[in-house]
Amino acid sequence: MAAEVASVERAAAIARVRAATTESRGGRLALIAVAVAFLALFLLLPLAAVFTEALRQGLGAYLAALAEPDALAAIRLTLIVAAIAVPLNLLFGLAAAWAIAKFEFPGKALLTTLIDLPFSVSPVISGLIYVLLFGAGSALGPWLQRHGVEILFATPGIVLATLFVTFPFVARELIPLMQEQGTTDEEAALSLGASGWQTFLRVTLPNVKWGLLYGVLLCNARAMGEFGAVSVVSGHIRGLTDTMPLHVEILYNEYNFVAAFAVASLLALLALLTLVLKALLELRFDGRSGAGH
Amino acid sequence: MDVSILDVRKDFDRFPALHGVSLEIRSGELVALLGPSGSGKTTLLRLIAGLEFPTEGCIRFGEDDASTRSVQERNVGFVFQSYALFRHMTVLDNIAFGLRVRPRASRPPRRAIRARALELLDLVQLPGLEGRFPSQLSGGQRQRVALARALAIEPRILLLDEPFGALDAKVRKELRRWLRDLHDSTGHTTVFVTHDQEEALELADRVVVMSQGRIEQVGTPDEIYDAPNSPFVYGFIGESSALPVEVDDGEVRTADRPTGLRVEGLEGPATLFFRPRDVDIVEGAGPSIAGVAVAVRRREDGRRVELEVGPARHRVEVELPLGRRVVTGERLGLRPRRWKLFSADDPARSVDWATAGAGAAAAAAGPLPLALERQ
Repeated sequence: MAAEVASVERAAAIARVRAATTESRGGRLALIAVAVAFLALFLLLPLAAVFTEALRQGLGAYLAALAEPDALAAIRLTLIVAAIAVPLNLLFGLAAAWAIAKFEFPGKALLTTLIDLPFSVSPVISGLIYVLLFGAGSALGPWLQRHGVEILFATPGIVLATLFVTFPFVARELIPLMQEQGTTDEEAALSLGASGWQTFLRVTLPNVKWGLLYGVLLCNARAMGEFGAVSVVSGHIRGLTDTMPLHVEILYNEYNFVAAFAVASLLALLALLTLVLKALLELRFDGRSGAGH
Repeated sequence: MDVSILDVRKDFDRFPALHGVSLEIRSGELVALLGPSGSGKTTLLRLIAGLEFPTEGCIRFGEDDASTRSVQERNVGFVFQSYALFRHMTVLDNIAFGLRVRPRASRPPRRAIRARALELLDLVQLPGLEGRFPSQLSGGQRQRVALARALAIEPRILLLDEPFGALDAKVRKELRRWLRDLHDSTGHTTVFVTHDQEEALELADRVVVMSQGRIEQVGTPDEIYDAPNSPFVYGFIGESSALPVEVDDGEVRTADRPTGLRVEGLEGPATLFFRPRDVDIVEGAGPSIAGVAVAVRRREDGRRVELEVGPARHRVEVELPLGRRVVTGERLGLRPRRWKLFSADDPARSVDWATAGAGAAAAAAGPLPLALERQ
């Protein structure tokens, strides 16, 4: 009995101690309410609006809008661009993170800063870089034209712009992870006789696989959703150089709201899917530190 | 496997970590590299392993010049301070790693690898844990798995970097004894790095004391403890007191008083080292090191007295038998029984109680009966 009283008193004492680092009940509720209201107003409401607009004239009109040849071409182009840009950035990101986290070399700080450049530059500028590089007025432009190489207003330009914009995602995800893990695991593998390649495949890659997947996911979401940079280099040729985001804009400007929102809803679904996968990966992350795999 | 380290220098970005170190390690020996942090002991271990390459000099495994070989080719078992177990692999997969990455021609069959890994798990006394992941093991268990993993490749030598550094005191003691037994039963040439002198003296056949990128002394634990050959080793190993003295015509003086010690072959300013226990009290007015007791502490089997000597108030510590009562503020006369004197100008020149001249021995013998036996 006495012990029970003591334990209750103890719990109360702990609760009082906790209270020192927490807001009062009213304050907490107010903060939560503000956060939830903000989320609902600025995130959930627009999302819901996209789907209601898309389905305003029924499922039939929705599917018909998606089956339209120009929409299908936009979806195809978006998938092609992502299918090229994401694997390449997976490789570049891995290489850059490896170099930065595991080696010392002159210019390392500069490289680390450069990786962030696509994040700090407006996407429109990112697109303009390629126009300046490959456009008709540039030094390279006429040469490319003579040799029949199309970069601007064609798929290669869109891929390049997307590559540039989505470059940081994988590298940024991996650098802190690899830095934290250091190089002793690799040294251990090497001292046990593993070759460099075996060490990479069996030790380094498994150590970062969840972070890598997460980075790829974000990279993919951005590759499919990028508007600004792609808009500058695409030329907006319907059925040829329109990606999904560009196509949405064109349809919207033509007051074809159902079709615009139908395509937009696909992008929204992609975003939701990315978030769900990200949440699942984070669960794995947390579980790993406890269970070891 | 004999290991010879010949005049090895290592610079990191032009900052020297090792200056011309030479060392012979005999086959089957258990050697400790002991020193404070920054002494270069871990660098030396990593050079032997091939995780670093010397700026100058050469490392031989037997007759084989290992310094041009990669870490893979050297076939050493390295146990890292942080264990570096592969976190996504089970204990069994960790231990089997070194065998599984071998080229097909020299790789044992799958079953044999598994059997070998289980056998090693028995050897490190962790049977039944093969399915666990590293994060499910205690620190001591991880340490043993790391050792089993290093042993799996049948290494030519075993290298351990601060093997017990991250463990609590009790586990550390247990593992220490266990590692000694393991070494005796497997006979691997073993080198381990430690900053803990107790660990080095208790475990190793020979101890290599390092400081500031140099080897200060190599010897058995007895040699290191009883005959330190430099002021650094005297100060670093065991407890000691140091006192600046002046040798004038063979007479050792401190604070302008004779200490009653006489030496031959050394003149001028010097530093006198002695262990706190190796001291007698000189009662009465005979020549001695005179000091004022400023602190008295009880120890398990003696009384620890801190004294201030001379006008410069140099602090020395001595341990007196329990029977001799000392109060703070009391003036005491001391004479070390075992001591060593290093010249202040050239620390390589030294004299100790055993090698001091015969005259010194006679002088020391005089007032001694007065000392401790009375109680």
